[in-house]
Amino acid sequence: MSRWLAHAIVVAVFVALIGLAFMRVPYAWNWAGVWEYRQKLLQGFVTTVALGVAALVGSTLVGMLTAVLLGSRHVLLEAVGRVYVELIRGTPLLVQLLIGFYVVAGAVGLENRYVVGVLVLSLFSGAYMAEIFRGGLAAIPQTQRDAARAVGLTPWQSFRLVILPQAVRLVLPAVAGQFVSLIKDSSLLSVIAVSEFTLAAQEVNAFTYSTLESYLPLAAGYLLLTLPLSAVSRLLERRYRYES
Amino acid sequence: MLLDIRQLVQRFGPTTVLDGLDLATGPVAALVLVGPSGGGKSTLLRILAGLDVPVAGSVSFDGETLPRDEGGLRAYRRTVGTVFQAYNLFPHLTALENLLLPLVHVHGLSVAEARERVREPLERFQLAAHAHKRPAELSGGQKQRIAILRALVVRARRLFLDEPTSALDPEMTGEVLEMIGELKASGTQFVLVTHEMGFARRVADEMAFVADGRVLAHGGPAAIIEECGVPRVREFFARILP
Repeated sequence: MSRWLAHAIVVAVFVALIGLAFMRVPYAWNWAGVWEYRQKLLQGFVTTVALGVAALVGSTLVGMLTAVLLGSRHVLLEAVGRVYVELIRGTPLLVQLLIGFYVVAGAVGLENRYVVGVLVLSLFSGAYMAEIFRGGLAAIPQTQRDAARAVGLTPWQSFRLVILPQAVRLVLPAVAGQFVSLIKDSSLLSVIAVSEFTLAAQEVNAFTYSTLESYLPLAAGYLLLTLPLSAVSRLLERRYRYES
Repeated sequence: MLLDIRQLVQRFGPTTVLDGLDLATGPVAALVLVGPSGGGKSTLLRILAGLDVPVAGSVSFDGETLPRDEGGLRAYRRTVGTVFQAYNLFPHLTALENLLLPLVHVHGLSVAEARERVREPLERFQLAAHAHKRPAELSGGQKQRIAILRALVVRARRLFLDEPTSALDPEMTGEVLEMIGELKASGTQFVLVTHEMGFARRVADEMAFVADGRVLAHGGPAAIIEECGVPRVREFFARILP
């Protein structure tokens, strides 16, 4: 049996089970009411994609910078990186968003809630990214650094031509997983009134009193974003699998 | 090459690995270092190759003393080649790219010039057919022969080979030793650490027996392997030779 067929069968069984559950619950569907607000949902979806892409870039940059801090031999720099990572990973994103928006952004006069949202998301996801990158760099054996020095590469050349390309291939699956989380975490931006996908669904629900019809498209929309990410990750993983 | 080592000391934490090692060779093309594991052979070779800086002492090749600063050592490393026991190819690059990388990024050749430079050596050692494979697709012997080529094609003045066959099965060992033998015949100079005594004996101009961080005996291969007056050296060869 091919993998593709196996996946199709599992999905079919899953959908059938959930369908059965829905049929057993008496529920008056009102798709027509939600259809009226399709434009709003679509706008929310587009906003989530834009925020997600911006935060992907942001969190990658933050993650790389922090990974350098974590690997620093300078005690103070290492401490900055470590404290930042532990604070971010140990507290809820919800609290970070509220403090980031109402306290920090307010203090520095930053009013655009979309910019604040992307920044907080980037800082949040960047902390996880930093640990992934640090682990990837640490996984490259010392013999590779030796070989790079032996052929006369400078430390920067060694990093750029030997260490980094190998580390990137190692961390790709974990980074893709982090990207999937990031897309879903962006739904919390609704608490600072960023009109993204989740807030759009909440509003449609408030207008139509049709909870399932509002939130089922939400789930489908997020899958539409995260499934391709997973697929690309698996593809890259296969392509770069050169080590025995 | 004329190698002159004086009072070389190397420590790692509390462990003294080289303990005031002295060695002065005659004009040799091939120097082979032998001795028990943990005796300091590889540590010595890493210093000779400019990869590590000793705690004390000096090394000179043909009257030129090795620098102690990283910048000077890097310039020195660019003039020599080093081959490690294993895993020295870059696994994300093909065999050909492994050869091109130092030529292009360290020695400033264009990619076309670098390709031209490696074409003949690849053919000569029957590696041209494998040039576009990644290290994971190559046999151990092929990997090590590519590694030797990578060290050589930069027109290295001499090679440092640290147990280049100890991770290989006998057939592949033969393949790599044959290549080293050919290089010797065509005038390549090298310092070799090995446990392959038969090969060492054939290829060495001089042999140094390193144990306990010192050179216990030094001379022609026959003198060291068969006629050495030092008990420690005699016992070593009595144990490993049939």
